[in-house]
Amino acid sequence: MKIVVQSEVFDLGAEVEAMRRGRTDIGAIASFVGLARDHNAGSGVQAMTLEHYPGMTEKALAALVEEAKSRWTLLDVTLIHRVGRLLPGDPIVLVAVAGQHRGEAFAACEFIMDYLKTRAPFWKKEETPEGERWVDARASDDAAAARWNLP
Amino acid sequence: MKLRVLYFARLRERFGVAEEALDFSGATAADLVAQLRSRGDVWAEELAAGKAFRVAVNQSLVALDATLPEHAEVAIFPPVTGG
Repeated sequence: MKIVVQSEVFDLGAEVEAMRRGRTDIGAIASFVGLARDHNAGSGVQAMTLEHYPGMTEKALAALVEEAKSRWTLLDVTLIHRVGRLLPGDPIVLVAVAGQHRGEAFAACEFIMDYLKTRAPFWKKEETPEGERWVDARASDDAAAARWNLP
Repeated sequence: MKLRVLYFARLRERFGVAEEALDFSGATAADLVAQLRSRGDVWAEELAAGKAFRVAVNQSLVALDATLPEHAEVAIFPPVTGG
C-alpha cells in the first residue's frame, strides 16, 4: 500500500509500473486521476489551492483504504493526493487498485474516490476573474458516498 | 477542561484564527459549538443552526453529540472538497 500527500506532481504510468513490477499474481489494475479544471460553477478558474489538515488527512486516507480492503480482496492500492497551488490541467489525485479480477479493482477504485470526496479533510480555493472563492461541497458527492453505506 | 481547537479553510479565514487553546466546561461537541457561537459576530453566523460544518475530535469526524475528552484536539471546518 502506498498513501501519500504531496505537493509534487505524480505520474500514473510510473505508479502503475511500480505496482505491477515483479508480480505475476495481479490480474487487473483500475486507476483514476482527478484533474484541475479551467472552469467551475460558471466562472473561469485560473488556479486552485488545496489546503488540508495535516495529521488527520493521512489518518483519513489510511482509514478509507483499510475500509476498501475489508470489502474487496485487493492486492495493492496506491493513493496520492496533492496539496498546494495547482493550475488547470494539473493532476490532483491518483487512485490505483490492483486485484485478481477487474470487478473488485473497478469497485474499490470508485469507492475510494467517493469516500475521499466526503471524508478526507481537503479544501479547494479557486482563483477566478471575480476573485478568490472557496469551493462548496456538492450534494451529489454525499449521494455518491451514500451508495456504499459508509459506517 | 483544556481543549486545543483548530479551524480550517473558509472558517479559518472568517474567524481570523487557525488555532486556539480553550477552557471548556461543557461535555459535547455541540456544547463547544454553542460556546463559540456565543462570541457573536462571524462565530454566531458561521456556526448557526443549519450551517454546514464538520467537527473532528482527535482527528476523526464525529457527530455533534460526541463527548469531548480532556486535552482533545478539536477541529471545526467546512464540508470537505478534495479529490
